Order: sequence, then structure tokens, then C-alpha cells
Amino acid sequence: MSDLLEYVQDRYAYWAIVLLMIIGLYGMLFKNNLHKKVVGMIIFQNSMILLFVTAAFKWDATVPVRDPEIDVQVVENYLNPLPHTLMLTAIVVGVAIVGVAFALLIKIYDNYGTIEEDELLNKLESPSPEDDGDCDTNDTQRSSSPKGGSA
Amino acid sequence: MNHIPVLIPMVLLLASMFAVFGKRSQENYLPFLVALAGMGLSAVLSIIGMVHSVTEGPIHYHLGGWQPPMGIELILDPLSAFFCLMITLVAAVVLLHGEERVRIEVGDRIPAYYSSALMLVGGLTGIVLTGDLFNLYVFLEISSLASYALLATGRKPAAVSAFRYLILGTIGASLYLLGIGFLFMEVGSLNMTELAVMIPEVPVTAGIAAAAVLMVVGIGLKMALFPLHGWLPDAYTFASSPATTLVAPIGTKVAAYVLIRIFLFLFAIDFMKEGIQLTTIVGWMGAAGVVWGSVMAITQRDMKRMLAYSSVAQVGYIALGIGLANPLGLIGAVLHAFAHCFMKACLFMVQTNFLHRLGHYDIFRLDHRTRVAMPWTCAALAVASLSMIGLPPTIGFFSKWYLLLGCIEEGAWVFLAVLLLSTLLNAVYFFRVLEKVYLRSDGEAYDDHDEEADQATSSREVSAAMLYPTLVLAGSLLVLGFANAWIVTHFLQPMFPVW
Repeated sequence: MSDLLEYVQDRYAYWAIVLLMIIGLYGMLFKNNLHKKVVGMIIFQNSMILLFVTAAFKWDATVPVRDPEIDVQVVENYLNPLPHTLMLTAIVVGVAIVGVAFALLIKIYDNYGTIEEDELLNKLESPSPEDDGDCDTNDTQRSSSPKGGSA
Repeated sequence: MNHIPVLIPMVLLLASMFAVFGKRSQENYLPFLVALAGMGLSAVLSIIGMVHSVTEGPIHYHLGGWQPPMGIELILDPLSAFFCLMITLVAAVVLLHGEERVRIEVGDRIPAYYSSALMLVGGLTGIVLTGDLFNLYVFLEISSLASYALLATGRKPAAVSAFRYLILGTIGASLYLLGIGFLFMEVGSLNMTELAVMIPEVPVTAGIAAAAVLMVVGIGLKMALFPLHGWLPDAYTFASSPATTLVAPIGTKVAAYVLIRIFLFLFAIDFMKEGIQLTTIVGWMGAAGVVWGSVMAITQRDMKRMLAYSSVAQVGYIALGIGLANPLGLIGAVLHAFAHCFMKACLFMVQTNFLHRLGHYDIFRLDHRTRVAMPWTCAALAVASLSMIGLPPTIGFFSKWYLLLGCIEEGAWVFLAVLLLSTLLNAVYFFRVLEKVYLRSDGEAYDDHDEEADQATSSREVSAAMLYPTLVLAGSLLVLGFANAWIVTHFLQPMFPVW
């Protein structure tokens, strides 16, 4: 694993990962529907996970459990288990984030009745009186602030 | 003694698990007490750890007894101990202050609120203490998840701004993960101490440079470094006041800490400075953020949004200090992170007090009746504002002083001009508030002879539980200002390696 650029040229798998990464980033930044943004986020995170897993993969190597038949001293014989274990943690983290994202989506839908970003921005810029009033966590909070820069 | 590094985050995360149980009710005080006990205990541990790390040297703790680089290492050195102490102290004070508002603004979700608050602080102390890059990513996501949840409490738009923060925060964390992936492929380790030794020995490749850039961009997003700050103003403005008061002072500072770690302890500073000139870029981003944040703060009439934009500017100062990459600039950056943590917590507390008693925090509607009604809150506002502007003898003056000295040493005259200009801009937007409170007497509805109204307003200072934390932080700005030389020689100078 010396030179990353050579590595990318050699292995077509990385191009697929880069493509996934771009698709995910595009979904997160440019999709109008908030649910599709979450889908983009999942694709983006999974592309990171695939990158680690692919980078740790070696042809003709075995699982990192010592086998007396296979020489331990030769690095090429065994896979490095560390990236895979790291990605297990990253998957868990990703699931937690998706959970929180969906919880927020439900709250947004309850509050505004839509998860389309342009409709949301319209409602945010011109809040109707009842929009701001019936929230149970809301007592005296009513600042007359202009809501600029919300895009 | 040797277990302090693991105890600080563990106490908080365990308390977080306990706080979530209990009845969903506004009268449920148990989560608050659990949270206070957890934060208090971790603050005491941080003080002990701080003293120990300065007098007897850093503590290296190996989780589960596994030696690094196999196991995960926690490091309590002067730098991490300092940030740990700052986070836990300010969080404990903010928690005490917010109790009354939490019951009003969060309603019956009190157990979940305090659980998230503990998770946030536990995650942040974890980021500060860990010596392993991937462990840092996990703690980063723990604290980020908690802050998404906290910032989603409050007014209706809070959910939308928290969702936007979640999307951008996830991009930031993923870029950081990509960065450590590249670093791992090139160098083959995740332990910071080991990496610091190995990186200078391997040839500089595109992979290492890309790793450095990706990590800095990812952390910059979490730090709200201009122009990656888009999520911050909305998220802070719409969230409930106690949540903003908790997240705003400590959240971005910890990202700044990670930046200092990456620049100074992971990659050699010469590589960052002359090799790929990342320090220069971060410095310029900071300088741009200082000017832009200050100008945007001037145009706001909502005090909370003004403070949020001011946070963008203040993060810019820290980035500018890191970008200078000389000892004085870094001392300035750390001292400013410390100072800003106290100042911004104090100002958000003042804003919460206004909301609690006046029902609004609209700058244009403040006048001298506010001061008559809430003299101590306004006094705290005055002290914190002077510190933000950077007038002696407050701590805000001395942190800017070190930044200025760093600029002069580096010959960075543009940065020097930015610092001086921003001081003027700070003065404009804080005197705008102070002028309303202390000088304006012709409020629309004000009647000079209406003594009854005066009587009614004169007893409207907030309760002791909200007032004393505000005053303690305001007073600490003066005390820390007088003690700055002592802090710098005893705590800040041992932080940095001599180069």
C-alpha cells in the first residue's frame, strides 16, 4: 500500500467507490426531498465503508486466524483485520445517524406537513401565526427576527 | 490516579445511561440531579488530572490493558487536560443555569434532554482525551449525535436546522474518516503518538497530503470554519435556549482542539507550514470568518442570531491563531478558545435570562427598563461584552494580545489589520446592545411617573439558580484576565512541543 495514485489506477474497485461517493454527495447536497438526502447520506457513508474494506483486501490471503499450514511471517498470507473491525463500528455509527435523521424527519413532517425543501423554506420564511404557536415546547419564545440566510 | 483519563468520559456516559430512565414529567428532578452529579464529578476529576499532568507529566492510559498500537490509548497531557477542564466546568455551570428553562422549553422530555447533554459532554471529553484517530471519529459522532438531538429541541424550525446540521455534520465526519483511511493506507497506524513518529519517516505522497486536507476540511465543517459555517447560525438560533447555551460554547472549541492536535502533534508543523501550506489556508479562512461573522452580527436584531454569527467570528480568531503556527499564535488560539468558551456561555445565559423575564431577546426592544428590572444580568452582559470586544482587564483582551503578538512575530500584517478591524466591528455590535440597555431612556411605552410599573419591573431579576451561574461566569472573565500570565506560564506553555 505505498502509492495511493498507483493503487487507484490498478484497482477498478476504487472507481466504483468514487462514483458512489459522488452520487451520495450529490444526493445530500442537491436533492429537494429531505428523505432523498438521507438516502444520499447512507450511500455516502457506505462508500467510505467500502473504501476501507476494499483497501484491506488481498488476493489469495486468508482470514486472520493462525493456520499452521500457512506461514505467519509472510504478510501476504493473511488479511489485516483492523479495517474490517473499524468498519463494524462505523456501520453502527452510521445506523445511529440514520435513526436520528429519520426522527428529525418525522418531527419536521409533524411540524410542517412536508419534507420538500423548497416548500419548507417558503414556510420558514413566512411563518403563519399558528405555525409558531402550538408547539408544546414553546412558551414565550417569539422573537421578531428576520430569518435571513436560511438557505 | 492513573485511571483519570478513562474515568472522565466514562462517568459522563454512564450518567447519561442512568439519566434517560425515569418518568416523563416536568416535575421529574432526578435526571437533572444525575446530570449535575456526573458533570460535577468529571469536573473534579479534570481538575485533579490537570494538576497531575502539569506537575508530574502526562498520563497514558491503555484501554483494557492492551498496549498501543494494538489497543486504544487515552492521553491526559497538559493540552487535553486543559480542554477537558474547560468543557466540564462550563458544562456544569451551564447545566445549573438551564434547569429552570429546560422545564419550560423541553417540557416532559426532561430525561432525554439530560441524557443527551451528558452524552454530548462525554463525547467531547472523549475527543479531547483519546490518542487514537478512529476512536476520535467515534467520539466525534457520539457528541455530534447528542448535539443534533439537543439542537432539535425548541421552536419549530429547530428540527429543520438540526437536520441541515446533521447532513453537513455527517459530510464532515465522513471526510475525516476518509482522511484517516488515506493515512492508514499510507502509514499503517491509527495511534497518534506512533503516527507522529512514522509520518516524517515515510516519503511525502499525494495520499498523505490528501489525508491532511480531508481531515482539516472535515473538522473545519464541525468547527464552523468560514466558509463551512452554513449550519451554525440557524441551528443556534432556533434551538431552545438551554441547549444553545450548552452546545455553543464547547462544541466548536473541541473541533478547534482537534485541529491543533492534527497540526501540531500528528503532522510535523513544518510539513503543514512549508510542505502543503495548510496553515496559511486555515489562517486565511479564519481571517475571512472573523470579518464576515462580525459584519453579519452587526446586521442582526435577534440577539441569539447575533451571538451565533459572533461565534463564527470567534472561531475565526482561533483558526487564525492556528494558522499563524508560531508559539505565540498558538497560545493565543488556545487562550482565545478558553476565553470564548466562558464569554459565549455567559452571553447566551444573559440572552436566556432576557427571554425568561422579558419574553423576547429582540435588541431593538431592550431599553433602560431592562436594566432597572434586571441590574445584575445587565452587569454580566456588560462585562462579557467588554471581554468580547477585548478591553483589559478581561481575558478577552489578553487572548487577542497574544494573537496580535503572534501576527507581529510572523510578519502577517493582513491578519493584524483583520484583528484590529474586527475589534472595531465587535465594539459596534456589542455597544449597540449596551447602548440600548444603559443609555436609551425613551422606550415607547415608558412613562416616567408610572411608579407602579417601575415597582413591577424592579423585582424582575431572574431567580438565584439562573443569576448566580451568569454572575460566576462574568466574574471569572475578570479573574481569568488578571490571572492570564499565571495561566500562560503554568498551563499553556507546557502544552506545546518546543520547536
